[in-house]
Amino acid sequence: MRPFAYERATDVRSAVATLSERPDAVYLGGGTNLVDLMRLGVVSPEMLVDVTRVVDATIEESAGGGLLIGAGVRNGDLTADPLVRGRYPVLAQAVLSGASGQIRNMATVGGNLLQRTRCSYFQDTSKPCNKRRPGSGCPAREGDHRNLAILGHSSSCVATHPSDMAVALAALGAVVHVEGRHGPRTVPMPGLHRLPGDEPDRDTVLEPGDLITAVELPELPFATRSRYRKVRDRASFAFAVVSVAAALDVADGVVRDCRIALGGVAPVPWRAELAESALRGAAATAAEFGRAADIELAQARPLRDNGFKVPLARNVLVGVLTDLAEAR
Amino acid sequence: MTTVDMRYTGSALDRVEGLEKVTGRARYAFENFPADLVYAVPVQAAIARGEIRAVDVDAVLEHPGVIAAIWYGNAPRLVPSDNADLAVFQSRRVAYRGQYIAVVVAETYEEAKEAARLLRVEYAAEDHDVRLRADHPNMYRPEKVNPNYPTDTEHGDPDTALTVAPVLVDATYSTPAEHNNPMEPHATVAEWDGDALTLYDSTQGASGVRDTVAPLFGVPPANVRVISPHVGGGFGSKGGPSPYVIIAALAARHVGRPVKLAVTRQQMFAVTGYRTPTIQRVRLGANADGRLTAIVHDAFEQSSTITEFAEQTTTPTRIMYAAPHRRTTHRLVRLDVPTPSWMRAPGECPGMFALESAMDELAIACQIDPVELRIRNEPDADPESGLPFSSRNLVACLREGARRFGWADRDPAPGVRRRDRLLIGTGVAASTYPVYRRPSQATAQAHRDGRFTVRIAAADIGTGARTVLTQIAADTLRTSPDQVLVEIGDSALPAASLAGGSMGTASWGTAVVRACEALVEGLDRRDGDLPAAGMESSADTTEEIGAQRRLSRHAFGAQFAEVGVDTDTGETRVLRLLGVFAAGRIINPKTARSQFIGGMTMGLSMALFEESIMDLEFGDYLNRDLAQYHVAACADVRDIEALWVEEDDPHLNPMGTKGIGEIGIVGTAAAVANAVHHATGVRIRDLPIRLDKLMR
Amino acid sequence: MDVQLSVNQDQHPITVDTRETLLDTLREQLDLTGAKKGCDHGQCGACTVLVDGRRVKSCLALTVTMDDREITTVEGLADGDTPHPLQAGFIEHDAFQCGYCTPGQLCSSVGMLAEFAAGWPSVVTPDVSAAPHLDEGEIRERMSGNLCRCGAYVNIVAAIGQAGR
Repeated sequence: MRPFAYERATDVRSAVATLSERPDAVYLGGGTNLVDLMRLGVVSPEMLVDVTRVVDATIEESAGGGLLIGAGVRNGDLTADPLVRGRYPVLAQAVLSGASGQIRNMATVGGNLLQRTRCSYFQDTSKPCNKRRPGSGCPAREGDHRNLAILGHSSSCVATHPSDMAVALAALGAVVHVEGRHGPRTVPMPGLHRLPGDEPDRDTVLEPGDLITAVELPELPFATRSRYRKVRDRASFAFAVVSVAAALDVADGVVRDCRIALGGVAPVPWRAELAESALRGAAATAAEFGRAADIELAQARPLRDNGFKVPLARNVLVGVLTDLAEAR
Repeated sequence: MTTVDMRYTGSALDRVEGLEKVTGRARYAFENFPADLVYAVPVQAAIARGEIRAVDVDAVLEHPGVIAAIWYGNAPRLVPSDNADLAVFQSRRVAYRGQYIAVVVAETYEEAKEAARLLRVEYAAEDHDVRLRADHPNMYRPEKVNPNYPTDTEHGDPDTALTVAPVLVDATYSTPAEHNNPMEPHATVAEWDGDALTLYDSTQGASGVRDTVAPLFGVPPANVRVISPHVGGGFGSKGGPSPYVIIAALAARHVGRPVKLAVTRQQMFAVTGYRTPTIQRVRLGANADGRLTAIVHDAFEQSSTITEFAEQTTTPTRIMYAAPHRRTTHRLVRLDVPTPSWMRAPGECPGMFALESAMDELAIACQIDPVELRIRNEPDADPESGLPFSSRNLVACLREGARRFGWADRDPAPGVRRRDRLLIGTGVAASTYPVYRRPSQATAQAHRDGRFTVRIAAADIGTGARTVLTQIAADTLRTSPDQVLVEIGDSALPAASLAGGSMGTASWGTAVVRACEALVEGLDRRDGDLPAAGMESSADTTEEIGAQRRLSRHAFGAQFAEVGVDTDTGETRVLRLLGVFAAGRIINPKTARSQFIGGMTMGLSMALFEESIMDLEFGDYLNRDLAQYHVAACADVRDIEALWVEEDDPHLNPMGTKGIGEIGIVGTAAAVANAVHHATGVRIRDLPIRLDKLMR
Repeated sequence: MDVQLSVNQDQHPITVDTRETLLDTLREQLDLTGAKKGCDHGQCGACTVLVDGRRVKSCLALTVTMDDREITTVEGLADGDTPHPLQAGFIEHDAFQCGYCTPGQLCSSVGMLAEFAAGWPSVVTPDVSAAPHLDEGEIRERMSGNLCRCGAYVNIVAAIGQAGR
């Protein structure tokens, strides 16, 4: 690991000011991904600004009837919170299905959103990777990509976004509060993460110096009927092969409203907007769920070895929606 | 043969080093701190084949704390040996990607690591070939297979027998490369004092490491001491010294200070061995009643270009079932890949996946219950050598397992049992493992306070060796275990065979029994009157083991699996595993159960998860960490039980034991795959059983 | 950098490289080698320690961030010469073989039982908004961040189940 300076931020504004001036500095939250990437040599900052003591770490009800979650809230505390568990079970389940108990106790909400892909090539500095070293190439396209993207990828990058939490937040339409060089602003989800295009090194729309300070969940009464289902290669402690976050509002057998996002299939948490519009007003039946899934997945462009994710995502989506429709 | 009077052997003694391990006091290799120590971080080749043109040593020497950077260009010459993998920094050639080509030594670990990362190496790369395929033009017939079996065997006329067989199974199975991944990465602390070398090493055999390392440095074995009281697992990967040991010793000599070196988890995927991938064709010819007329098992495997390691994949097929016509073969290709080596039950484990899957396919073809099919093909003597079995209780294991598992009312129809979104199925497979025993030495010492010390350079890599040797010694010495201290894990102790081949208890136990018997005899002669210094006796079992009668000695077992396969996702979960084993006398039912269950757990892991993926473009194993190379986690392991049948075999050793460290992993994957077929109707012939193979 | 580290209630004024992880500081500087390095990447759990009572992976924690925390390692679990009930349970149930993952399993299970007592759910909790019930399925899920290659899981779950009751 390259030597670096460590500084503990005294307040959010000064932290942002420091990073705005120093492009070689990065924020340190829980460190679970950053420290690992530094050890791998994937990132080599010259300065860490520890923001864990200045970024809000509380969860409170927001003015709009939703929840305001401080970006410094540890993932473990997020899943323990009664308001989150009661009103947005999909979020609690998503976070609980990510990583391990130990890592959830360290990782922060802000850091979780900014996780980097776990694509093998990205993590191996002895090999090319456009996300790590722009212009060097993408060996995953012809190499091992069984667990990479089927949606939203580009010729320069086929990586997936690893976060489970982000998938639930994308489904719920969370709003990310950011403190930047020019003051505070909000970024809606989806919208924080960006598709790779020909700039795969930029995972998000954040600018240098930007610090995530909170995540706001909108009021969404029917989210009490929501669920996260994660398909993975082992029963626990593994990244998603495919995941589905969904909330469903059904009355008299008809879908009034829904929120759906997919994980493990795209470079971003994938909000399934086409499926959502196809379902609004449709009968809450497995057939309609399947039709909606097909409409969404018609955009899929699977690679040589990951075509199985298309029917897998369809099955899981139909299964989750069916369970939600049947739940009382 | 004299046998031990059993009082403590057979009892469920807690692990004698248990308290040390749960309090964190047990010290493993890297946890030794000689004065003035420095840290070494090795550098791996970034090409799969070619030459190292230059290494920019001077540039890294300018970094803080860096003491030395060593590669072929400035490394001391080692004494040539026949182990090319250990000839570190002795050539410009790169034989595989990830091979150690240099090492950086610095005052701190972080300094060494950063300098190693920055070390500039210039290569002349050549095209590489890393893909195993059965029709590879360079496939050849090795002279023998590990450790010393004939490469091929043939009896009768298998080709004709297959042609005329009323029922034929002809299927090709494959198993991927798998990595041992003990929880403790390989590590060594090396310290020279003049021409004497001390190694705190994580090894399965201190004596073997000493005998291998000493000649490379041109010193007599007596000058090398290898200390390894606790070893964090090995599963074969710590069976002999790997290159890192030599690098640590070489670096320590070069810088004149003690050196600590730990292989990283990622590096382990290139430099500490692995299970070769296999492609196996199995052909079974049978009569309509399921009786085998012909068995042909052909295996194709890989090794590196610098070392031939030919795994004994088809050897279990030589002893499992009766059939008049039979053939087994092994073919090997040398690729630009890391050198494969031992991994828990090398040979038996992948070989029995193929054979026992094929037996399941035959049971279906003949419409015979798979338990009954195996019983029907039980041989009355070793089917190839003709030798009598010292004992063989496969049938008892199958019957007892079937009874306990609730096999009797099994409906053989595949794909018909549903529970919510799961398809449920059950499967069975047989297990086997040879009984080995190697010469070892031991001493037993009586102290005037009534206590005893037994010394042998054995290794406890988690097997419970220290505990069972304590029990064996206590019984032989006619005392209780708390009066006996067993010292192991140090090459300064009487030389012993390694912890491998499931032969530890048999080999070391024999030596311990003989040393203790001699001591008891001496004590009896003196009528218990001990000199102040106590009294010591020793034993060497070379002669006893050499005089052993020729018999076919094997342990057997039967494994039963129940699986649930999610119809939406193809996710397979093992709901239940039961193993019943016949492995001679069980010295410690508590640690033995753990060994069996541990092997079965690794077998479950092999069945569903484990696969090292070769990156064809770059020529290395790609998924080289524990987030990408999945081993079973706690949530994957639900209900596993292991039992054993009484087996009184007088032809083994004074304890009457067969090895139990490896048989637990043999057959598990086939039992799971057979259960998956029963659940879904889909036959998975290439491991692991990943969900995409079951997605429809 | 100078750091005041509190480990098992002992104060250690030390100087560390900013790059140093808590795991390396414990093992290489303080001779507290109970926490193990199995992967150095947060993927095996052998390095698990308790920080302010919560289980974390010490291989991913930079020591410089730890100076106002209370750290408990496996060496600090026992009450003098009396082993922690989980330590005794691990011996009784033979919940380890090689012992290398054991300190992490123990610290993790102490932290896990505290999370459970605080009513934290897991992903297998049937109703995530309700209080969980400690059964084997819950223990298995919650302990999945601690790999054991010897395959002692069934015994680990049994030992924790007994201690948790």
